[in-house]
Amino acid sequence: MALDLGRVRRSLSTRDGDLTFGQRILGFRWLMLLLLAALVAIGVATLYSAGRGSFSPWADRQLLRFGVGLTALVVVALTDFRIWLRFAYAIYGVGLLLLVAVETIGTTAMGAQRWLDLGPVNIQPSELMKIAMVLALARYFHGLTLEAVARPHYLIPPLLMVFAPAILVMKQPDLGTALTLVLGGGAMFYLAGVRMWKFALVIAGALAAMPFLWERLRDYQKRRILMFLNPESDPLGAGYHIIQSKIALGSGGIFGKGFMQGTQSHLNFLPEKQTDFIFTMLAEEWGMVGGVFLLLLYAAVLGYGFALAVRIRHQFGRLVAMGIVNIMFIYVFVNIGMVMGVLPVVGIPLPLISYGGSAMLTLMAGFGLLIGAYIHREAPLGT
Amino acid sequence: MRHDATRQTVFTRRAAMLMGGQAALFGVLIGRMYYLQVVESDQYAVLADENRIQIRLLPPVRGRIVDRFGEELANSKQNLRVLMIPEAAGNVERVLAALRRAIPIAEHDERRILREVRRKRKFLPVTVAENLSWEQFAAVNLHSPDLPGVQPDIGETRGYPMGEAFAHLIGYVAPVAEADLTGEPLLELPGFRIGKNGVERLQDIALRGKAGSSRVEVNALGRTIRELSRDDGQRGADVALTVDATLQRFAAERLDGESASAVVMDVHTGDLLTLLSVPGYDPAAFNTGLTQRAWQELVSNPLAPLVSKSIAGQYPPGSTFKMMTALAGLDAGVVTPDTRLPCTGSIELGPIEFHCWKRKPGHGALRMAEALEQSCDCYFYELARRVGPDRIAAICHKFGLGHSHQLGLPGERPGLIPTRQWKQTAQGQPWTPGDSFNAGIGQGFVLSTPLQLCVMAARIANGGLAVRPRLLLDIGGEAMALPPAPALGVNPAQLKIVQDGMFRVVNGDFGTAKRSRIAQAGWAFAGKTGSSQVRRISKQERTGRMRKNEEKPWIERDHALFVGYAPYEAPRYAVAVLVEHGGSGSGAAAPVARDIMMECLKRDPSRRGPGERSA
Repeated sequence: MALDLGRVRRSLSTRDGDLTFGQRILGFRWLMLLLLAALVAIGVATLYSAGRGSFSPWADRQLLRFGVGLTALVVVALTDFRIWLRFAYAIYGVGLLLLVAVETIGTTAMGAQRWLDLGPVNIQPSELMKIAMVLALARYFHGLTLEAVARPHYLIPPLLMVFAPAILVMKQPDLGTALTLVLGGGAMFYLAGVRMWKFALVIAGALAAMPFLWERLRDYQKRRILMFLNPESDPLGAGYHIIQSKIALGSGGIFGKGFMQGTQSHLNFLPEKQTDFIFTMLAEEWGMVGGVFLLLLYAAVLGYGFALAVRIRHQFGRLVAMGIVNIMFIYVFVNIGMVMGVLPVVGIPLPLISYGGSAMLTLMAGFGLLIGAYIHREAPLGT
Repeated sequence: MRHDATRQTVFTRRAAMLMGGQAALFGVLIGRMYYLQVVESDQYAVLADENRIQIRLLPPVRGRIVDRFGEELANSKQNLRVLMIPEAAGNVERVLAALRRAIPIAEHDERRILREVRRKRKFLPVTVAENLSWEQFAAVNLHSPDLPGVQPDIGETRGYPMGEAFAHLIGYVAPVAEADLTGEPLLELPGFRIGKNGVERLQDIALRGKAGSSRVEVNALGRTIRELSRDDGQRGADVALTVDATLQRFAAERLDGESASAVVMDVHTGDLLTLLSVPGYDPAAFNTGLTQRAWQELVSNPLAPLVSKSIAGQYPPGSTFKMMTALAGLDAGVVTPDTRLPCTGSIELGPIEFHCWKRKPGHGALRMAEALEQSCDCYFYELARRVGPDRIAAICHKFGLGHSHQLGLPGERPGLIPTRQWKQTAQGQPWTPGDSFNAGIGQGFVLSTPLQLCVMAARIANGGLAVRPRLLLDIGGEAMALPPAPALGVNPAQLKIVQDGMFRVVNGDFGTAKRSRIAQAGWAFAGKTGSSQVRRISKQERTGRMRKNEEKPWIERDHALFVGYAPYEAPRYAVAVLVEHGGSGSGAAAPVARDIMMECLKRDPSRRGPGERSA
């Protein structure tokens, strides 16, 4: 029984938004999952090396998290996409509430108040917020015509949607996430059609507000920025991380020192090799070849995400998909830029590679949304 | 739907722009990666190695010092010890308390450790305990997870199996003092010791060897992870001395309880077979540093255990000097061998009366050989008066008196042979005939070391060859060249007279040391006794009854000396014995010299090669 699946799918999807389970499975983009799994595999291998050739304490747990993330991705992707449209603001509202909650009852880790202890699981609301913000902005711009976007006062609600959580996470203080929210949100304004001069205006305004913001920064944040400008000024103190990271990376050379042979990372000269500085360890052991390979893999994920996004027939799905791509890019760029000393040290993990559950879950769920948006690309969502 | 198409167009264009921007930023990252990992890679590789690689010096094993037959005089033993790096230990007192569970740490040791911790730089290791047993060492290793900064270490201690009899000759090693630092990194290693005296100091560089190094990988906390490469360095060379340890020990036993010195040398090669000073001290005690009390005891001991009497003790040679006066007299022609000079027990020089050791009626008129035999002072007063100090000094110089023999051992002293000019310069007074009298019998200004007296005896014995004392046989297997022994330019016939006189001293009917004769055929020996006054005899004593030596307090008794050589017919070994305040040469020194000579002839060390140790 030869079936023209394409025609069936199209005919079904154009008629109404309901897709059968089989149709959803058919629309699922396995290549994206494969690329993400490849990234996770590299991450697990690096964590295996970081654990001195042992799956504990990091690699095994990272694999477990990947399992959880994978489930989340598949579930989110296969969920009727209209549900996300319907609950976008609600999810955003919950995220904002959790951020306020973490401010009042959160537990402190690594000197910052980021975690919410919910009995068996600690969750990081700021991670959830990244997705929630993308959803809420996409929802907002989905209902806005280009003419309306051109009107300045229509931009006030989405600006609040970005800055309210950004300011909350900055108070935690978590500069990296605040930055991610602002840049990721800004990118969505751009994609929604906001004029360039308005960006110029906001950037000019932000620059004007810099001295004021500087005053609000915590000492360690100020120190990190100053130290970024001149890392050698304090080689044993604040600059230690970045100097050691550059030494480890630079000494890797073109082909690296070999798997499990990274001297600087294994001898603990490299701090936090399993989390924020994992790229350094990878590039020490695999050299520039490994580093470029990883970047190309990320580029493939981002490019493929873009390719999927532009084929989505509704604004909400497009914006969600590209929003996720942007968040992913910001993670990658800020993290790798940081460990190579082109950006200040802000605590941002390398997505899917660094050891850590929240970021893994966020991104896997985010890519679930991306794939889900693609699966339901033809769904009539109204405007 | 129309407007959504526009939105999609805008979205697609702008998304493409974003992707372009992201690609460009990835390009920046790759460019940065290229810069760090390719352009500057070498520099970072160096920095990475500086991070992780430390070079640790490996102290070389110190060479042994052995006698001419290879018997060990100084060796290096394994020393199991515990070091601590204060920086890594953190709370030093707590670590010491934890360490106490494994090994005992005395209270004064703890005080020393804390003092060192305060004084030294924090990353330099401090010695906590040394010379541990294997059990203790293993216990420290077992506890090491609870002992931050504590390093069990296998070091080295210097052992001196021959003990006190060789203390002055071999010397000792001790920790490096501030003043010893030369920038040589080896010297700054904890517990490194250098030769501070004797041969240990003389041959310190050869014994020390060359430091090895170990490149180790350390982690960010400074803990050693593994050894990358190792250069073992070069162990110190073994230094072989000319001495015969068995002979020297024999001499030491013979002189036990005295403050004395004995020197034996080969009259042809100059090999020093014995260079002894008693009492000695325990050279190993300097390894760890003496306690204040032990040091005080050594310093205040009247027998002066710290002084190497054979080279640093300067004594009036007394009658052992008379051969020099005799040779000077013959050489100057002021007497012939048969010239008889009278002795009535004393000789008057102005208001001062110079006594012969044999009181009235004296020796009568003796010829030279007889004067030597009976050690007649009057003969040599007169002879010295005739020949004068400068010609005596010239002969003395030929025979090795009055100047250092440059063995290289610390403390060797030149002695003193007075001349007219010397007295004028040093004392600001002209030479007097009384000075000549004194000099003629080896008193007054004349000073010599036992080593010099032995060289003198050797040069008489070998027929006037300038044999030089030699201490080093080989270093690291490389034999030391035998220094040439050119002729001194002494008339053999004249020398024969002196030799004859010395033969008579031991073998003649009137010989002062006839009781010390060696009866064994072919071993007959020749020599000369000496009893040198250590203080001016007071007027009261001179007018009254002379006290016998045994009645005087020890410190006022005469030094007893004897020089000699054997066998008389074919001389091979020369000996000099000095017993401080021993009373008389014939009573205290000659019998010892005879016994040493007998032992030496029995062992005949010069004629046996290495390995043929036992006699």
